[in-house]
Amino acid sequence: MSILVVLESQADGLKRTSCEAITAAVDVAGGAAVTGIIFNGSQQHLAMAGAYGLTTVLNVSGDEWSAHPSARMAAAISEAATKVGATLVLFGANSTGKNIAPRVAVRLSAGFLPDCVALHGSASAIEATRPVYAGKALVNVKSTTSTTVATLRPNLFTAKNVGGSAAASEAFAPSQTSSLPSLQVTNVTRNEGQLDVSEADIIVSGGRGLKGPEHFNLVENLAKSLGAAVGASRAVVDAGWRPHREQVGQTGKTVSPTVYVACGISGAVQHLAGMSSSKIIVAINKDKDAPIFSVADYGIVGDVFEVLPRLTTAISAVTGKN
Amino acid sequence: MNILVCISQVPDTTTKVAVGADGTSINPAGVKFILNPYDEFAIEEGLRLREKHGGSVTAVSVGPDSVKEVLRTALAMGVDTAIHIKDDLRADSFTVASSIAELAKETSPELVIFGRQSIDFDSFALPSMVAELLGWADIPMVSALTVEGSNITAESDIEGGKNSVSCALPCVISAQKGLNDPRYPKLPDIMKAKSKPIAERAASSAQPRVATTSMTLPVSKRLNKVLGDSDADVQELVRLLHEEAKVI
Ligand SMILES: Cc1cc2nc3c(=O)[nH]c(=O)nc-3n(C[C@H](O)[C@H](O)[C@H](O)COP(=O)(O)OP(=O)(O)OC[C@H]3O[C@@H](n4cnc5c(N)ncnc54)[C@H](O)[C@@H]3O)c2cc1C
Ligand SMILES: Nc1ncnc2c1ncn2[C@@H]1O[C@H](COP(=O)(O)O)[C@@H](O)[C@H]1O
Repeated sequence: MSILVVLESQADGLKRTSCEAITAAVDVAGGAAVTGIIFNGSQQHLAMAGAYGLTTVLNVSGDEWSAHPSARMAAAISEAATKVGATLVLFGANSTGKNIAPRVAVRLSAGFLPDCVALHGSASAIEATRPVYAGKALVNVKSTTSTTVATLRPNLFTAKNVGGSAAASEAFAPSQTSSLPSLQVTNVTRNEGQLDVSEADIIVSGGRGLKGPEHFNLVENLAKSLGAAVGASRAVVDAGWRPHREQVGQTGKTVSPTVYVACGISGAVQHLAGMSSSKIIVAINKDKDAPIFSVADYGIVGDVFEVLPRLTTAISAVTGKN
Repeated sequence: MNILVCISQVPDTTTKVAVGADGTSINPAGVKFILNPYDEFAIEEGLRLREKHGGSVTAVSVGPDSVKEVLRTALAMGVDTAIHIKDDLRADSFTVASSIAELAKETSPELVIFGRQSIDFDSFALPSMVAELLGWADIPMVSALTVEGSNITAESDIEGGKNSVSCALPCVISAQKGLNDPRYPKLPDIMKAKSKPIAERAASSAQPRVATTSMTLPVSKRLNKVLGDSDADVQELVRLLHEEAKVI
């Protein structure tokens, strides 16, 4: 009985979702061992894994892993899970985790619990809470088999740095993977200079209340004062005011930042579906009856054209960002 | 090329959810069901590939008799064949994936197209589960795609960017918004689709691996502190974010 946490690296360390998964694993472990697995982990990754509570990380090395071949990674992770006797395998629910975890579940004949917002029980009898119907209901789910693979919705599990020393790296070489299907990643395009809503800690979103694309500088300036990413409602994406990658909601991105600021957004159920698990929600809308206020922690009933510039100045005074 | 498009039936996005008598699923009374919005992109892409490369498009849906409605929509949009795999209301992704994979093994399509997620359970699971069961590659969140010979190249959305990827057919893809603009079926086609045959097939004998133990409605724990728009209110909001919520 043990837990395997799949760690994802980025240039300056582990992804935050990976640190969250480590803490979640440690919290439910009871007596069970918690092991990490990483592809091409560096000293920095091991130091960070240790700081968040792992003592051992299986390290899979080789250039072929840098291209994220999902079927091969799934095979390697499954083999590692079997090796450590994992009854629970945890991933962050980002694009990589969402893609690979279902494959691992198939390989391990495990129950698959996607996009969990809370874990209960222990490593051998885990039960998870997850939102369904766009967050309009919550279900508790569990595996009917002995092994569980789960992905954790970003930002809902707090990553706790427990100050541990660097995790020990154990080289892990998966057995032949040559018969597995391959996929070539020929190019990776980053939206340069922009923080993506799905990775941002603070998001400022604008809706039709901004009246036109030329007024989105108000939203961008507030975002700058907070160090935030810019998001958008579908109405303004469909109108071509903002790119689709910024859309938050049921047919856009699901986000759960620490702070979500909705400016001139009515709060249609499909928009709420994408952001209602945010920690703190702030709404600015001139209509006091707008549905967004019913999910807001803090709100201002007012005109975005009047309020946003003043709010930006006041926030800059606190954060020093502008 | 022969294409299999997998489609699901989901409650309309504006549905008010109430917990059913079993305590683990929704009360279906009064719920309007629709074709999963992402699956419209999947069907459209199948039709466009057929228009370009020839072949045929089959739509499949796993579920109770009511899923015939979404299969009729797919027929009205222009798919050649519709298959209903008869199963109870979906218990877990694995059983549905097994039914689809068994069909694909028998019919050998070159491409299986999914929507990126179903908006009821948002599992994001079926495309790569089916790919794993078939031993194929899968490209998730596809927003652009070209098929040339036996090769497929595609743009796949990731956080903060896109991957350009290529792989050999057969493979699985999942459709992201932006891939195309789905056509609206015309009235005569909707009428014609009503009398087209829908083939039926038994579900896989695979057993569910997940059980739902309870369903609850979320309780809002929001503070709902709503202020006016004076300078003092704006300052108060900043103070609350700084001192009470401690988030800035
Ligand atoms: C299948 C489906 C999927 C969908 N998916 C999504 C999705 O992913 N994301 C999404 O956002 N929507 C989605 N929608 C659309 C959704 O139903 C709403 O139409 C959309 O969210 C509305 O955007 P909005 O709030 O910007 O515009 P509106 O609803 O028009 O609201 C504008 C708001 O701005 C306020 N306002 C106007 N002027 C000012 C001002 N000067 N100052 C302050 N406030 C002002 C108004 O009071 C109003 O509340 C979906 C719909 C469907 C059917
Ligand atoms: N019951 C079903 N029958 C056929 N295809 C389905 C079914 N449920 C989901 N799908 C397909 O799988 C995709 C992803 O669904 P999910 O993994 O449930 O988020 C959907 O967009 C559909 O293309």
